[in-house]
Amino acid sequence: MEANQSIVNFSERTSLKVALVGNPNSGKSTLFNALTGLNQKTGNFPGVTVDKKSGFAKLNSTITAEFIDLPGTYSLYPKSLDERVAFDALCNPDNEDYPDVTIIVADASNLKRNLFLVSQIIDLKMPVILALNMMDMVEKEGDVIDIIRLSEKLGVKVVGVSARNKEGVKALKQFLLEPLPVPQYDFIDVKKLASELIDKIAAVVKVKSDFEAFQIISNFSETHFFDKDAGKKVILSSILSASTIDYEKLQSQEAVERYKIINRIVEECITHKSAIKTESFTHKLDSILTHRIWGYVIFLTVLFFIFQAIFFLAAYPMQWIETSFVLLSDFAIQFLPSGELTNLFVNGILAGLSGIVVFVPQIVLLFTFIAVLEDTGYMARVSFIMDKLMRKFGLNGRSVIPLMSGVACAVPAIMSTRTISSWKERIITIMVTPLMSCSARLPVYTLLISLIIPQTAGFFNYQGLILMSLYLIGFIAAMGAAFTMKKILKSREKSYFIMELPVYRSPQWRTVGLTIFDKVKLFLLDAGKIILAISVILWFLSSHAPGNRLDVIEKKYESSEMLIKYNDTERQAKSASEKLEASYAGILGKSIEPAIAPLGFDWKIGIALVTSFAAREVFVGTMATIYSVGNTDNTQTIRSKMSAEINPKTGLPQFSVAVGFSLMIFYAFAMQCMSTLAVVYRETKSRKWPAIQFLFMTALAYFSSLLVYQLLK
Amino acid sequence: MAKNLAQLKIGESAIIDSFTDKHMALKLLEMGCTPGEVVQLDHIAPMGDPIAIRVSGYLLSLRKAEASTVLVSLLVANI
Repeated sequence: MEANQSIVNFSERTSLKVALVGNPNSGKSTLFNALTGLNQKTGNFPGVTVDKKSGFAKLNSTITAEFIDLPGTYSLYPKSLDERVAFDALCNPDNEDYPDVTIIVADASNLKRNLFLVSQIIDLKMPVILALNMMDMVEKEGDVIDIIRLSEKLGVKVVGVSARNKEGVKALKQFLLEPLPVPQYDFIDVKKLASELIDKIAAVVKVKSDFEAFQIISNFSETHFFDKDAGKKVILSSILSASTIDYEKLQSQEAVERYKIINRIVEECITHKSAIKTESFTHKLDSILTHRIWGYVIFLTVLFFIFQAIFFLAAYPMQWIETSFVLLSDFAIQFLPSGELTNLFVNGILAGLSGIVVFVPQIVLLFTFIAVLEDTGYMARVSFIMDKLMRKFGLNGRSVIPLMSGVACAVPAIMSTRTISSWKERIITIMVTPLMSCSARLPVYTLLISLIIPQTAGFFNYQGLILMSLYLIGFIAAMGAAFTMKKILKSREKSYFIMELPVYRSPQWRTVGLTIFDKVKLFLLDAGKIILAISVILWFLSSHAPGNRLDVIEKKYESSEMLIKYNDTERQAKSASEKLEASYAGILGKSIEPAIAPLGFDWKIGIALVTSFAAREVFVGTMATIYSVGNTDNTQTIRSKMSAEINPKTGLPQFSVAVGFSLMIFYAFAMQCMSTLAVVYRETKSRKWPAIQFLFMTALAYFSSLLVYQLLK
Repeated sequence: MAKNLAQLKIGESAIIDSFTDKHMALKLLEMGCTPGEVVQLDHIAPMGDPIAIRVSGYLLSLRKAEASTVLVSLLVANI
């Protein structure tokens, strides 16, 4: 099969499109990073919600190559969304990502399975280079791969690389400049399997190979072939529907044929050091990490550290960020001319930016952990030991980390669901994670608990018990919602657990760094925009009012009567409270009062519900403003003001036990976080999911609060 | 001795004979589980499911339900 090649040469070109394709865990992304460095961008593959990473690198003084990192796939059978993207880019010449050259990245330490995809791409008869990655591992095991022989057998250029150590990357780039053989032979003779149909297809479509026709036959319904050519599509589907051939059986036959030849090639090209493999390091480590006791103990310890880090460690930089923004605001107020624009800048834009940047420490910390767990191979074991439990709730073993991180903050947690490959399991995880009690709910809970539950001295602390129950309720609600969604959501994708457990390796800090950089950039640019816009809207609503109502209030508090009655601080607090009541937010709060009255909430709480859509903890600040507490840092004062509030209808305290519980339950379930919604929009790339999430959580919150209030009242 | 892959005990090896579910077969075939290939059961997850098998020189995890669609012949160990 060696002969029979044609040659392409790209050395005269100025630009070159290169696709990187390979099995998951083949080190494809590491190689992509080594090839492009920081010169990367994230975009969209056309028509799907899969992120497309591409990057540029100069091959010599005239040629710039664009590298496209296609999603990992084991074959050209498009079953999952990721596989479909890789399939479309390689099998459909009309696709905008159809490459000039394809680099197939194969894990050399796991050559047999990796050659399967290689053999399929060879049969597409396109220019390819095979990059045998992880050659360092092969050498370490003492095995020898005859690269020259392999190259002859496959009819393509083969280069050994070790992407982690950046070895062979230069040689790979050099190969792109040299004349490249285009395989012309058939790795397997697919005609043997479906000759009649292949001929019929080839008569309608100009195909480069029998395998291309074969791929059209076996994957027609799965893909977007000929979407632009309706005429051809009709002809093809009539040909295919007339045939009685079993496509799945056809593909199985193809796979068996391929492995027959691959086995021969592997036998000829690899010399193993010894026939018997020694008990490997990975095997020993797995006996501990997937052990029925130690496995969970270790996993819980890891979770505990992640949780501690994003809950407590992140608090310091978050504090610094908030302080810096406060200083910046003070500075701006002092030096900018006072007026509407300054007001917008300080209370709208700066406040919004602060609300965005404040998430960065948590995102950095969580993704440091996740990238390390992913890179070392431990994440796959987490899935392995948690799969059975999580599967019952429609979740994935990998959902555990997002769910636990959700206790700190749903924003990085939802961003971390990328590691879940099944679409349905990922969506369910995204949808239920915000039900976990995040750290922004804590100030609200603390305030309300201290308001309605007496501080008991002694052994048993009811306040702590209530707080714990609130966390538990969040968790139960998340699992319940997951279970419900599992029943409702329809998915064509079957849930599989057929995946590789990669060998353990030490993490690469370069990859970890790039992951963090990438996540922070995406969050700041994509979700940040939405958060900023909503911040500005909320600022407008709470600082503007119809007509000249605010001026009237301002004047009222400047009258001599008021100047005598109150000191400066009191006056300012009273005026701010009255202004908020008069503002659009106040009007909104009042107008929703009839709707929230059955939950025990008055219009003041209504205003807080509106303003805390920016972030839940804003509830405390809004309460402070409404109850004219000058100093918002002093919870003691807010609490005493709130507990002194009398409900005009009942004559009893407004914040009764019933109202307190009702409000806490509302905050436990309601989607009061625009940042989370923005991230859900970013991650699902659809307005549908954040909308559904907002509606179901609001409905859950409303009816649960209604129930609680009506029972306790 | 005919069995399915889910019935193996830890450390036992077997040869893949055939598949009972053609949809699952395709997924397993592309992962290198071809008829004639030797597999060894390496680990069972703590809750009894999924399992991890050694095949084609790497470790593959799959659920018991998936493994039960693979018919195997047990290899007698340590001849």
